[in-house]
Amino acid sequence: MEWQPVLLSLKVALSSLIFVFIFGVAAAYSMRSFEFPGKSALEALFALPLVLPPVVTGFVLLVLIGKQGPIGQFLSESLHTQIIFTPYAAVLAATVVAFPLMYHSAKAAFEGVDSNLEDAARTLGSGSWRVFWTITMPLSWSGLVAGLVLSFARALGEFGATIMVAGNIPGKTQTIPLAIYFAAEANDLTLAGAYVLMISGITFFLIFGLNIWSKKRCGKSSVKGVF
Amino acid sequence: MLQVMMKKQLADFTIDIQFTVENNILVLLGPSGAGKTTILRAIAGLLRPDTGTIIHNERVLFSSTARTFVPPQFRHVGYMFQEFALFPHMNVRKNIWYGVKQNDNKAKELYERLLGLLHIEHLTTRFINRLSGGEKQRVALARALMAEPAILLLDEPLSALDSDTRLELQAELKKIQGIWKIPFVLVTHDIAEAKALGDQFLFLEKGRQVARPAFRPSEFCQCQSIELA
Repeated sequence: MEWQPVLLSLKVALSSLIFVFIFGVAAAYSMRSFEFPGKSALEALFALPLVLPPVVTGFVLLVLIGKQGPIGQFLSESLHTQIIFTPYAAVLAATVVAFPLMYHSAKAAFEGVDSNLEDAARTLGSGSWRVFWTITMPLSWSGLVAGLVLSFARALGEFGATIMVAGNIPGKTQTIPLAIYFAAEANDLTLAGAYVLMISGITFFLIFGLNIWSKKRCGKSSVKGVF
Repeated sequence: MLQVMMKKQLADFTIDIQFTVENNILVLLGPSGAGKTTILRAIAGLLRPDTGTIIHNERVLFSSTARTFVPPQFRHVGYMFQEFALFPHMNVRKNIWYGVKQNDNKAKELYERLLGLLHIEHLTTRFINRLSGGEKQRVALARALMAEPAILLLDEPLSALDSDTRLELQAELKKIQGIWKIPFVLVTHDIAEAKALGDQFLFLEKGRQVARPAFRPSEFCQCQSIELA
């Protein structure tokens, strides 16, 4: 068994998690704080990668970052580079498909924060940033962690969009799900099974570990485990 | 002195009110849904009136004509929420210090003084979910005063408490107002509480001042009604 797909999958999932967290939290907080025309349409757009088949998301990304696509052209003209069929494209695919999970978890977590607490902080002299960092974030932390875990698991298991934009280049863009598919297609069920055990084990221990951590951390207050 | 003159359209009626508070306790009295909390939120800057002015000692906090709106964090208006709104992820000490800008000796002195005045010295390391209703009320009052407000708003501060604790805290509120000497605006629908605490009274019904409350008018015939601004 090659370890490269395992390491690449972890790298891609963790890198995408950084973007997913920043964009998901920023989008959820902005949607809660501001009213503007077209808000419902934007919310529907945010949910699209969750409900569309990943291959469709992958196709849209392919059109955007392909050599003739607007983003692809911009990258090659201004930065003399391409991300199509590179690990960066795998990160982009994982980010886009995992984003709705983080966005919805963060939105639910923020909505669960009593707005009186935020108002109280404002009357005590705090501006929006301080209210966000000292009240909103800490009180929605368990929901945000749940969103991170779901997004990580989704990014780790991403197949359809990844194969469209990153392809299946062993040693370069082949992640665990792609390795499983191509091993099974080549009738090497032992290898496919080994990767299946690997990805299941990683996901299980991640959620198990997080539950133990969150119970310990939140032992004094009434917050329960993440899952 | 706090001067409030505001109009605000709500779903069922329009709040149209004007009043002045000296450095004493004004009680806003009226049935539930009369617009009392909305008035407090407007003074705190958590809500924008449609038209009007809110002025404290010649500092304009809100003016629809001059297009002035001072955000809540710059108003120096303390607000004690109905359910106290204490931060559940901080202990009592951190809650009380939350609104302090400069952690200097003056602040430390004020902190010690408030702990003593409100008898909460033994609670400083406790989390909020381990406090009784009366203790929460005291901590919320300490937190609001620690930020050195120029005005203090209290939204049904004693409604969640049993009658013994309520009497005790009524006396403490009165005492603290006597020491701080800033305008207190207190909302209640309890006439006995209003009588015990108030220096001035304003009866509200559907967002407007009424000369006498439509409910149980005899209780108030001895009380001095507020002068119109």
